[in-house]
Amino acid sequence: MTDQSNWVELCKFADIPQRGCRVVETPEVKIAIFRTHKDEIYAIEDKCPHLGGYLSEGIVHGSQVTCPLHNLVINLVSGDAVGPEPGCVKRFAVKQEDEKVYLDLVPMKKEAA
Amino acid sequence: MKQKLVVIGNGMAAGHMLEELFDRGNKDYDVTVFGKEPRVNYNRIMLSPVLSGEKKYEDIIIHDEEWYKTHNVNLRAGVNIAKIDKENKKVIDDDGNETSYDKLLIATGSYPFIIPVVGHKLPGVVSFRDLDDVDLMQKAADRGGKAIVIGGGLLGLEAAAGLHMQGMDVTVLHLMPTLMERQLDSAAAYLLEKEIERRGIKVITRANTEKIIGDDHVTGIRLDDGRELEADLVVMAVGIRPEVKLAAEAGLMVNRGILASDNLQTSDPNILTVGECVEHGDECYGLVAPLYEMGKVIAANLDGDMEAKYTGSVTSTKLKVTGIDLFSIGDFAEDEGREGIILRDAAGGIYKRLIIDDDKIVGAVLYGDTSDSAWFTQLLRDGTDISEMRETVIFGQSYQGGTPLDPMEAVAALPDEAEICGCNGVCKGKIISSIKEKGLTSVDDVRVHTKASASCGTCTNLVEQLLSLSLGDSFNPNAPKPMCPCTDLEHGDVRRLIVAKDLKSIPAVMQELEWKTSCGCAKCRPALNYYLLSTWPGEYVDDNQSRFVNERLHANIQKDGTYSVVPRMWGGITTPDELRAIADVADKYEIPTVKVTGGQRIDLLGVKKQDLKDVWSDLNNAGMISGHAYAKGLRTVKTCVGKDWCRFGTQDSTGLGIKLERLLWGSWTPAKVKLAVSGCPRNCAEATCKDVGIICVDSGYEIHYAGAAGLDIKGTEILCNVATEEEVMEYTTALIQMYREQGYYLERIYKWAKRVGYDHVKEVIVDDEQQRKAYSERFYHAQKFLQIDPWKEFVDGKDAHEFTPIKPTPLVAAE
Repeated sequence: MTDQSNWVELCKFADIPQRGCRVVETPEVKIAIFRTHKDEIYAIEDKCPHLGGYLSEGIVHGSQVTCPLHNLVINLVSGDAVGPEPGCVKRFAVKQEDEKVYLDLVPMKKEAA
Repeated sequence: MKQKLVVIGNGMAAGHMLEELFDRGNKDYDVTVFGKEPRVNYNRIMLSPVLSGEKKYEDIIIHDEEWYKTHNVNLRAGVNIAKIDKENKKVIDDDGNETSYDKLLIATGSYPFIIPVVGHKLPGVVSFRDLDDVDLMQKAADRGGKAIVIGGGLLGLEAAAGLHMQGMDVTVLHLMPTLMERQLDSAAAYLLEKEIERRGIKVITRANTEKIIGDDHVTGIRLDDGRELEADLVVMAVGIRPEVKLAAEAGLMVNRGILASDNLQTSDPNILTVGECVEHGDECYGLVAPLYEMGKVIAANLDGDMEAKYTGSVTSTKLKVTGIDLFSIGDFAEDEGREGIILRDAAGGIYKRLIIDDDKIVGAVLYGDTSDSAWFTQLLRDGTDISEMRETVIFGQSYQGGTPLDPMEAVAALPDEAEICGCNGVCKGKIISSIKEKGLTSVDDVRVHTKASASCGTCTNLVEQLLSLSLGDSFNPNAPKPMCPCTDLEHGDVRRLIVAKDLKSIPAVMQELEWKTSCGCAKCRPALNYYLLSTWPGEYVDDNQSRFVNERLHANIQKDGTYSVVPRMWGGITTPDELRAIADVADKYEIPTVKVTGGQRIDLLGVKKQDLKDVWSDLNNAGMISGHAYAKGLRTVKTCVGKDWCRFGTQDSTGLGIKLERLLWGSWTPAKVKLAVSGCPRNCAEATCKDVGIICVDSGYEIHYAGAAGLDIKGTEILCNVATEEEVMEYTTALIQMYREQGYYLERIYKWAKRVGYDHVKEVIVDDEQQRKAYSERFYHAQKFLQIDPWKEFVDGKDAHEFTPIKPTPLVAAE
């Protein structure tokens, strides 16, 4: 997130339901914006590494989401699949200022926490 | 001082022998392995799925480089041994390098036999033996065109199926009158040929290849009857020959294969041999099981246990072509004194034949249903006298009277490569080794680590038995099964405590029952939501975020992220206006697929998420509501036309079906509930495999329940007979309410009823009028809060955010 960042304004924080998700579509990628029960916000590519299911439609629990197609669980913090199955999704930086949510359209590097 | 063990050949036989040796904890040898192929040891019998594209090379590796390192094996992949000097105890490779040995193991395997017809060396003519062959075949398949497979045996048919799956136009040529004549009798071969042709692969039997045609690449084949066939690829799969050249040149005794004693020693006691290159007791083997048995003996001998002897193998065959079940074992030649027992089900495509000699099974051929292959194998190997069960033996193990074989023994007898989970292709060996290596203790563990029984779940019993076998008494299948990793409580405990502790929200349940996670998981949240909803009707507020997407959006998510929409058609009755409205919707929203469902409804498949609300609105306007085809709730009531039209109809089955559906719709249940009403015992509505089924008879109505026709197939149980429609309503609502209050989440009625007992259900619903009426009243009460069309709620503006993606606003103009 140095010179590469590309922040956009998304919506009001309240527009994202708790333990729910909203979707942002860009020409390149579909991004799912999750809000957890603790009101943390995470953004990942809306595509399950298993068979491409829409993670945005999954059940959000803790800081994880379960894919609706075959129940692969993704950790929203790391973007990695939970459990022995391999797989990870692209993560995007999000931030909240005042009551608004902003998203960086440039994906985060794998190592960055 | 360690002894030097040199192995020539890095195939499955050598690899398995070394594995057996290391498993014994033996460290007496410095092992060097020479392999002609420039790669590690892989599972050659899985080449067919690699060819068909169902598996990749990585999936079939048996020993990765790590394994060789761990066991200090010096692997010389890609190095060919040219000569054995047995006088000086050394081997010499192509470059003249010498390696000396104390013990030498020859595992050179076999080579594919190539018919020496004119043109057999043309480019485009390949064998089917190793990964390089598979590569060549796949490259040819990428170009498309026609392939000819010469040889209708196991390997040839697997090659043909693989190439066909890769899109080639495939013809199989077979010299003999029937396919796989060494493993199959003519009847099974006929069924197999029909099935292969049905898949679009041509089969020509009695086809003798005269020459392969082509100038600088193969272009076709001519048969000796003058027929010519075009081909871009010719695969020779006519058989294998033991690779004995090295051994013969070294002066070892060789016949068809390398002659070996019961200790698998060659004529030189310091040279051992294993695998397809071996001839033992006049037999050469080309299948995997004997190689494993030989490897075990050699490992024991090398480890100092000279008592272990190889006594020959009875081989069995399974065709590895997806969707064809074929098994054969032993000897089935017609012979004096031999008798056959045959079972044929032509329509079902099943053929079974047992060959009996002196009251013992000596051979078996199974086509279409191979579920008893393990049992027949056991009877054959044990030489069991079958005279006592002769009349029923063909029906398989589960039909035997008296004490059936212990299922644990049956599972224990299965070979390691026996497939346990068909959905995910997991074999017994993999499950057992995962249990041991990873310390797995429950079915859930096995699911997570191997995927076995993680899909359809029909093999759960087998997995439990494997756990039992591996863990002994420490595995208790009746141990409490927590509803998910978030809690140690079972579903039943949670249901009970919700009532006992008066818990009325998901956070309250998690707090009071000491959940281990802060907000549950995708398993427990939907379950808790259902338990609270069914326990506190009118009080508990449904938590949409704890519902699976289908129930949250009231449509079924499809694999491409679109949805399917099914409007309700009461009792399966529709009208021209409704059909017109459905047709208009399909046109207007460009819905790609319109399908009639098994439950007598119309399914609109491929609706885009953003169109859902408009689709629902249009259907609402035509008088239709959600069909709940996605719900753990009442799905459909299927009916036949009944006495209004049918000359056999005894009651108004359609009318009763509509009444039931209008009464029951909208109710949430632990799992889906499907009903049917048939107008007479001919049962055209198929009521006897439903969750609840009504069969009309002259004197009234027979109420059935607890049927299943999905993962399990089960006929219904009869609850009782009643005289009037009003009674049908009362009994049915009472039954469903009892299930709603007691069922575990995702437990269908048939499983619930089996758990609580059919007699108990009868006692409560049939024999106890007071209880019946109370249950029924509670059902009616709950329905007051549930019969709201979810589509209309959305159309009226509920959760509008669900359907609109966010449009991002750039902060600064992009550079």
